Amino acid sequence: MSLWLSAIVFIPLLGSLLVLATPRSRQALVRGVAFTVMGIDFLVSLPLFWAFNSESAAFQFVEKASWIPSLGISYHMGLDGISLLLVLLTTFLGPIVVLGSSAVTKHLKAYFVSMLLLQTGMLGTFVALDLFLFYVFWEVMLIPMYFLIGIWGGDRRIYAALKFFIYTMVGSLLMLVGILWIYFNVNVPGVGHTFDYTLIMQHASFPVSAQLWLFAAFALAFAIKVPMFPFHTWLPDAHVQAPTAGSVILAGVLLKMGTYGYIRFAMPMFPDGVDYFKPLLLTLAVIGIVYGALVSIVQPDMKKLVAYSSVSHLGFVMLGLFALNEQAVSGALIQMINHGLSTGALFLLVGVVYDRRHTRMIAEYGGIAKVMPWYAVIFTIVTLSSIGMPGLNGFVGEFLILVGAYKASPVAAVIGATGVILAAIYMLWMLRRVFFGPITNKANESLTDLKPVEWASLLPLLVFIVWIGVHPNTFLSKFSASIETFLTQVVR
Amino acid sequence: MDYAVWIILFPLIGVIVNGLIARKWPEKVVGWFASLMIMASFVVALMLTIQLAGMDPHHRAMEVKFFSWISVGQLNLDFAFLIDPLSAIMMLVVTGISSLIHIYSIGYMHGDSRFRVFFTYLNLFVFFMLILVLGNSYPIMFIGWEGVGLCSYLLIGFWWEDMQKATAGMKAFVVNRIGDFGMLVAMFLIFKHLGSLTFSEVYPAAAELWGHHVDAAPVIAITLMLLLGAAGKSAQFPLYVWLPDAMAGPTPVSALIHAATMVTAGVYMIARSSMLYMLAPTSMTVVALVGAFTAIFAATIGIKQFDIKKVLAYSTVSQLGYMVMATGVAAFGAGVFHLMTHAFFKALLFLGSGAVIHTMHGALHHVDDHHTDPQDIRNMGGLRKKIPVTYWTFLLATLAIAGIPGFSGFFSKDEILASTFAHGSYLPYALGLIAAVITAFYMFRLVYLTFHGDYKGPEGSEEGIHESPKVMTVPLMILAFLSIVGGYVGLPVVFGEHAHVLKGWLEPVFEPAYEAVHYHPHHPSIGMEWMLIATSVVAALAGIFVARNMYITKGLVAKSDKEQTGFGKVLWKKYYVDEIYAAGVIKPLIDGSKVLWQKFDAAFIDSILVIGTAKTVRWIGGGLRKVQTGVVGNYAVMLVVGVILVLAALLLR
Repeated sequence: MSLWLSAIVFIPLLGSLLVLATPRSRQALVRGVAFTVMGIDFLVSLPLFWAFNSESAAFQFVEKASWIPSLGISYHMGLDGISLLLVLLTTFLGPIVVLGSSAVTKHLKAYFVSMLLLQTGMLGTFVALDLFLFYVFWEVMLIPMYFLIGIWGGDRRIYAALKFFIYTMVGSLLMLVGILWIYFNVNVPGVGHTFDYTLIMQHASFPVSAQLWLFAAFALAFAIKVPMFPFHTWLPDAHVQAPTAGSVILAGVLLKMGTYGYIRFAMPMFPDGVDYFKPLLLTLAVIGIVYGALVSIVQPDMKKLVAYSSVSHLGFVMLGLFALNEQAVSGALIQMINHGLSTGALFLLVGVVYDRRHTRMIAEYGGIAKVMPWYAVIFTIVTLSSIGMPGLNGFVGEFLILVGAYKASPVAAVIGATGVILAAIYMLWMLRRVFFGPITNKANESLTDLKPVEWASLLPLLVFIVWIGVHPNTFLSKFSASIETFLTQVVR
Repeated sequence: MDYAVWIILFPLIGVIVNGLIARKWPEKVVGWFASLMIMASFVVALMLTIQLAGMDPHHRAMEVKFFSWISVGQLNLDFAFLIDPLSAIMMLVVTGISSLIHIYSIGYMHGDSRFRVFFTYLNLFVFFMLILVLGNSYPIMFIGWEGVGLCSYLLIGFWWEDMQKATAGMKAFVVNRIGDFGMLVAMFLIFKHLGSLTFSEVYPAAAELWGHHVDAAPVIAITLMLLLGAAGKSAQFPLYVWLPDAMAGPTPVSALIHAATMVTAGVYMIARSSMLYMLAPTSMTVVALVGAFTAIFAATIGIKQFDIKKVLAYSTVSQLGYMVMATGVAAFGAGVFHLMTHAFFKALLFLGSGAVIHTMHGALHHVDDHHTDPQDIRNMGGLRKKIPVTYWTFLLATLAIAGIPGFSGFFSKDEILASTFAHGSYLPYALGLIAAVITAFYMFRLVYLTFHGDYKGPEGSEEGIHESPKVMTVPLMILAFLSIVGGYVGLPVVFGEHAHVLKGWLEPVFEPAYEAVHYHPHHPSIGMEWMLIATSVVAALAGIFVARNMYITKGLVAKSDKEQTGFGKVLWKKYYVDEIYAAGVIKPLIDGSKVLWQKFDAAFIDSILVIGTAKTVRWIGGGLRKVQTGVVGNYAVMLVVGVILVLAALLLR
């Protein structure tokens, strides 16, 4: 049994001890240590991509050890096509968010410790194959994120952090009740009660009535995390208040926890629940697409605009998941990655001007392409990725989702496709007001273009934005077997 | 065949070199390098076409696969080209005209601070345009389709320091996105019903599925959605509104993208989808009517415009209407024919107008006049003596577009009108014929006001008007040559059975579509053909005569803006369509979104539901807190009450 996954999950945790051991006065060193830890973690995880056997839908690199045997809790981890790319996305974003934290100076050690703990929590969530272990990681994530917003956030950070915490907690508790119910009702011959995901999937078949409320409990927890309309109102506040790196992680990885929860747990465990709630979830997904886009149009704050656009983009992901066919679900998965890259990049980009001007208000800018030409170029490319320009990553996801969704529900797909028009409106309108026209605000005349550290954080994202757009098969091929299995589990 | 990829690699190299490497290169090198890349691309196009011509006419198509792009379950999309007679015409037109316009731009953009960026965008445009016309499936076509839209956006807003220009770019993109929505939905439908998106699989499958009962609901839906896409890109009613505004871009861009190539993409796409359209006669009727209406609607607006480029813009919308109308009466070949001739003469008209604007700008600058509009034809007049090459080439193009026999536009436009008549579509024919009169009128109005009469610009500025440099005038002359001879590949049937070379060339592309529904293109009798030709000629001459009478004989000087009255004002205001969209679509969208955000999102969901829940919890918590008094006696009382209640419940059960 290899310890590869454990290493990936816990390197950040161990690294946080290193950060703690670094003298507080040497800020550059603290940053360097954090960056190195994240970088090592990424390098350690990277070979997974080639080592992974994409022909197989089984969990790979599995680690299993009993943890609390009396309660049927095991330390069980594994990776399949669905979690592979999400793990790599998470470790890939790690060093990038350290670079994106150059404006943070307050309590720097505590800041990076939080970041690293968060990283461990997120990675653990993606690889856990024991419901209890999953729940532990799921909750562990919450605390460092709470601090990141609450300590290093903007003016209303306490409000936003609390809102984020309570919102997520309410959902999580319902899920916990569901997990406990499963534990007490599953009795595997020779094993007894268990939290083990693979055992549950093999042996348990829940009565329809139980599936309905179990699905509802899990689905609500995940819907809040996604966030689906109408549970999304924590997101704009959290994003606006969070520091740049917090927003990048929040959008890049944390939101994917919700959609991942659906595809890993809620849907395959409770197919009858999926069947029952599918119309409702498709409806909410489509409303989310259009609603998020419409509200984005009128946002005066760049970060809030990007936050609401996330509601729209994640609506696409949910539409794809519940369309339940190969194209749509593949699209949903690749769109999860795409959203992490594009929206992550957008938050970094907003951070660039925020660090210089300390405002995110669109009206404060105007004509800045003149003084920041490269910034304008990069912003435009990321915008195009975000609005689904073919040749870049966003299109592949949206196209697959909608092509598949049309087969499942033409009405949902057609309404969803209007999101493509609206996305062009809100993004290009922002672009026009921020970058074009004459410079109207004197304060912008001396803005400087991208610094090396900003380039370093953005370029890697651009590479994948283009790669996924031009040659998506590199990535699509990794999870096709897993999706086939997923569909046989869910579609009856 | 593998060398086919070079047709897009050359422009891509241009993009990379000029975009990233050529930062310190002098203007001339940048411009010529970009132009050479496109000329190389043109050579590849020629080689491919020659190779194609050497093949058996019935199997004249080759698919070149480069790599597998998206492959998920049943959906398998290759990045691959389809090279057949239709795409061959398109790639020749695209690379040929682009080469000329690149060269012209070296002169036109001279001295611009973003000269290098301009050529980068222009190369990028050619790259995407070639993917559009060469893609072997709808999604690959769509890569090009959106890509050229992006370049159009970037180039319309090229001088983005001017907010109006940046806005025009955005408008173009967003309106095109409405069309793209149609394209997307059409693709969803095609994939659902036919299980593929690759042309070579979709069309036979469609013929098999719907060949025996045409007008099935899905195929009508598909073709109408494709029409929506075409209406966006090819500026048809009601989505044409972006094209006149697109004139904010540099004039070579107007010539290349917004006249000769990109805007014809919709026509190309309909012609490519001829099979689907033949299977949906109802959609064909809609297509013919949309095209005919657009042709006459835009032509009428052209009468009252004073900006030299705006006249040409509405003229382009109108001419695109003719092409769309042609496809609507199953005369796909005629549509493509007019697409080609129009590319020649309209590119020439725009480049000519560019030469006029270029020199007017210089002349006004010369006398330090920054208020007079260098594009307003009311400030021009009498230019023909000062800039003879521009004048004569412009005039030749005008004769072509007006439909004077012997010039290219005559042959193609006449074929469209004759085919429409023979098809029995009399209403579109009538609209098209009236539009032909109006076309001749507004074009000669433009020529007379610009080049004839007396110079009306500010005093002294006349001295500053010069002919453009060779780098600009040589492309004009080449295009003028093409505007004349371009029509002789499509001589009408009165000159012999096989006089129409282009028709024979394109036949293998459209034949399967005709066969699928046993359609035989209608041919008018020789006598009728002569009658129709005569009618067209009279129409053109009538338009010219009226224009001559008004602007030369009577010397009616165009009125100033304030004097516009009655229907003339409605035309001058472009039927108030922009105003209607602003009040009827944009304002409700913005206001509605604000209500959603402030009233629904913030006030209802967040304040009432979320914060409300939190407050309720606190209120209950606050209530319960009072119970926890810490007085043991109270607890004892409650304990007793609880026990009694439980016992009562058990007993009463």
